[in-house]
Amino acid sequence: MTRKPLQFQLNGSGKAIFVEEGQNLLEALRRGVGDLSPKYGCGQGTCGTCTVLIDGEPHLSCLTLAETVENCAIETTAGLAMGPQLHPLQQAFMDGFAAQCGYCTPGMLMAAKALLDRNPSPTREEVVEAISGNICRCTGYEPIIAAILAAAASGGGRRYA
Amino acid sequence: MPVSVRTFQGAEEAERALAASRTARYFGGGTLVMRAVNAGDQAFDTIVRATDPRLRQIQMQGDSVVIGAGVTMAQIIASRDAVFLAPVAKVIGGPAIRTVATVGGNLFAASPYGDFAAALLALDAKVVPVGGTPVPIGDFLDARDREPRRIVLSVIVPRPRDSRAFRFVKVSRVKPKGVAVLSIAALLPTNGGRVSGARVAYGAMGGRPVRALAVEQALEGHTLDEQGIAPALSAATEGINPQTDALASEWYRRQVAPVHLKRLLLDQRR
Repeated sequence: MTRKPLQFQLNGSGKAIFVEEGQNLLEALRRGVGDLSPKYGCGQGTCGTCTVLIDGEPHLSCLTLAETVENCAIETTAGLAMGPQLHPLQQAFMDGFAAQCGYCTPGMLMAAKALLDRNPSPTREEVVEAISGNICRCTGYEPIIAAILAAAASGGGRRYA
Repeated sequence: MPVSVRTFQGAEEAERALAASRTARYFGGGTLVMRAVNAGDQAFDTIVRATDPRLRQIQMQGDSVVIGAGVTMAQIIASRDAVFLAPVAKVIGGPAIRTVATVGGNLFAASPYGDFAAALLALDAKVVPVGGTPVPIGDFLDARDREPRRIVLSVIVPRPRDSRAFRFVKVSRVKPKGVAVLSIAALLPTNGGRVSGARVAYGAMGGRPVRALAVEQALEGHTLDEQGIAPALSAATEGINPQTDALASEWYRRQVAPVHLKRLLLDQRR
């Protein structure tokens, strides 16, 4: 199988790996560089748990052809915390019990970060819209929405934007 | 089966590569092709891509807007020239889908997807194949599954003279973003308060987006009020063959289509 070289920024650090032709970004991140924070859910673009940011925009890494991210800046949940200090969104999710099984949480966090980066003070409706591509089967969504609004109210959107 | 990826700068080169291989599939934004790759689809072994900048352009051309096939739903939402299509683009997937889902890809999406194509059908858009002449979107959709080897360069969309004349609704079970039970797009020009030259299209009410010709005929010359639209509602599913799928049965689609058509025609969308 032909392999291609690929370089990109992952959470601010340069990465150079080989990817198989046709490989998706999710596999490249998980197997290629060992970032296990984006999760494999449906592989069909339906559940959103593999959401990462590519050049600041939310993307489903399972539907992203790995070789298309050459020289792009990728952000994953693994890069949210600054050392021991959690990102305000992570802290709000913990404080507000916004995770149960936790499988959707990385995708929810990245979808929320994409929102707060461009809109630090979203309305509830805008939060619902931002996570509309992310499925959670435990929480009923309300704690997640509340956590994102709480992070925004605490200035979380501005702190790490 | 391993998949090889061939990337071309020009759309014409990409089309030649696609035409030369029966086991190649064209990659627009990836929402269709990558899900097939992830599912282990054995029907293709080559992905053909084009980075042609023409595919990503939105340009005005007289009273029409020319939208490159590689333009994403997010680009449509952000574009002033295509602002009349923003309400359609906004209900396609979540933000991460709209970042990559393309106008051209939507033309090839099997039901129940293809809401954007339904809107283009109502707007009487033309599809421009790479190296070809524009064809009416209805003809394109008719031939779509018989002639899948063409790459679409752009679509030419006439802008509605009155923005209120173009209406669109997507009906889904999961709010705010679910797959369509059905979608309805309607261009409803009026002359002296009466409908003149209506075009109505359904999404997810057949194997591909379809015109509701009986509805259009029943609307002609009528006013858009309870009394005026009554004949159109009676004809709501005449000549339409909805499918049964995991989202809704054929029976259910037939039952709810007139309800949503009524709300659309009376502009009582919710």
